Amino acid sequence: MQDIDIADLKRITEVIFQKYRYDFRNYAMSSFKRRVLRILELKKLNVDGLIKKLNENPGFIYEFLDELTVNVTEMFRDPGFWRILREEIIPGIMLNHKQFKIWHAGCSSGEEVVSMAILLKEMGIYQDVTLIASDLDTNIIERAKAATYSLKSMELNEKNYIRFQGTKSLKDYYKEENGNAAFDKSLLANVSFRKHDLVMGEVFNKFDLILCRNVMIYFNQTLQNEVLKKFHESLFRYGYLAIGSKESLIWCDYASRFIVVNNEEKVYKKIKD
Amino acid sequence: MTKFNLDNSYKAVVIGGSAGSFQGMIKILSQLPKNFPLPIIMALHRLKHVRHGFVEALSLKSVVPVTEPFDKEPIKKGGIYLAPANYHMSVELGNYFAMSTEEMINNSRPAIDITLGTCAYVYKDKLIGILLSGANKDGAIGMKNISDRGGLTIVQEPTECMIDTMPKAALAITKIDHVLKVDQIVEFFKELDKQYK
Repeated sequence: MQDIDIADLKRITEVIFQKYRYDFRNYAMSSFKRRVLRILELKKLNVDGLIKKLNENPGFIYEFLDELTVNVTEMFRDPGFWRILREEIIPGIMLNHKQFKIWHAGCSSGEEVVSMAILLKEMGIYQDVTLIASDLDTNIIERAKAATYSLKSMELNEKNYIRFQGTKSLKDYYKEENGNAAFDKSLLANVSFRKHDLVMGEVFNKFDLILCRNVMIYFNQTLQNEVLKKFHESLFRYGYLAIGSKESLIWCDYASRFIVVNNEEKVYKKIKD
Repeated sequence: MTKFNLDNSYKAVVIGGSAGSFQGMIKILSQLPKNFPLPIIMALHRLKHVRHGFVEALSLKSVVPVTEPFDKEPIKKGGIYLAPANYHMSVELGNYFAMSTEEMINNSRPAIDITLGTCAYVYKDKLIGILLSGANKDGAIGMKNISDRGGLTIVQEPTECMIDTMPKAALAITKIDHVLKVDQIVEFFKELDKQYK
């Protein structure tokens, strides 16, 4: 396998920034490098070939983004987190707002969106919630809209759902179609999908809860802080932010405007504007 | 006169292991010299969906408690770190950890190759890599990365391993400096420690 150095990565991120206005210059280095190497291997290119293609073939950027972004996710990943949402966080939101808004920032193929929809349905409050699911990658948004996952992945999803202690069986929410699990479209009735880039995009709405789990791990600390600033602005005061179990805000300047509500599952609450 | 011909230029020790490595790992951690001067970074195969228990079990007998670092956590001298469940763990230039949730490698997340490979990139010839017992080939490429960048490589003596696939895979593709039993690895740590005191 070929190797690439920091200068190569800089050349690639510069082309993408100058030409397409996506900014990967502050992505965490080692995972970004692995993704680029993966693309080079998949497309049988070297660095010069990749740069040429990015320069000459505008459609290629979408392929590039689709391969670059990490789209490995699960339904009800960390079941304990989903229990806390059901038992503490969402009841906490409902004390202040009967109707509320949730943002899935970096929704990938939508497993967490479907999980949330199931949770809200089981709580009997789905109709009171507006969900927005965004991602940088338009191909993955289409997959999220389809809410159709391989049956193979359902084994793990079922296990997670059982540990989440849902009121039904996960099977009640999908039908088998051509070797896939096709989830009931009514789960997505209140979900708006939109293409949105956390790095370059503007703040576009205010939310009671933002889920952004295992997305900021791909950013360096500078970028994490910038994105946290946007989340802060996108939250109502006393709104919640959920990040991945091995993420932490403590190295971000904006952390002082949040308190930890659940340290184990990494749920934070905005307390200061 | 020293057995391993060490010096005090090393900056980190990285250890990979899988099936059958737990007892060896416990032995190494329980007999680690006090105030061992280097960070010890472990990537051990583990149940993907069990977040609790493993780090506690390793800490029980360890001289220094083992922690599962957070994304972007700085690496400290003397810290003992374990890759958390269901994340790959990389080391970044600037000496901190980074987590990721990319595809599994060799059916593993954490993958040993990722932790070893990124350590090799960051620490170059100032790294010691150790690969213990295990049932697949994960770690072999990582050991090659370490060797290629001038680091010191050790694998557990295959005859002592519960499952020798892992050390044998490394031996097959790269230069390994020492093939040692766990007791000898314990001695190795003692000798390494002396270089810094």
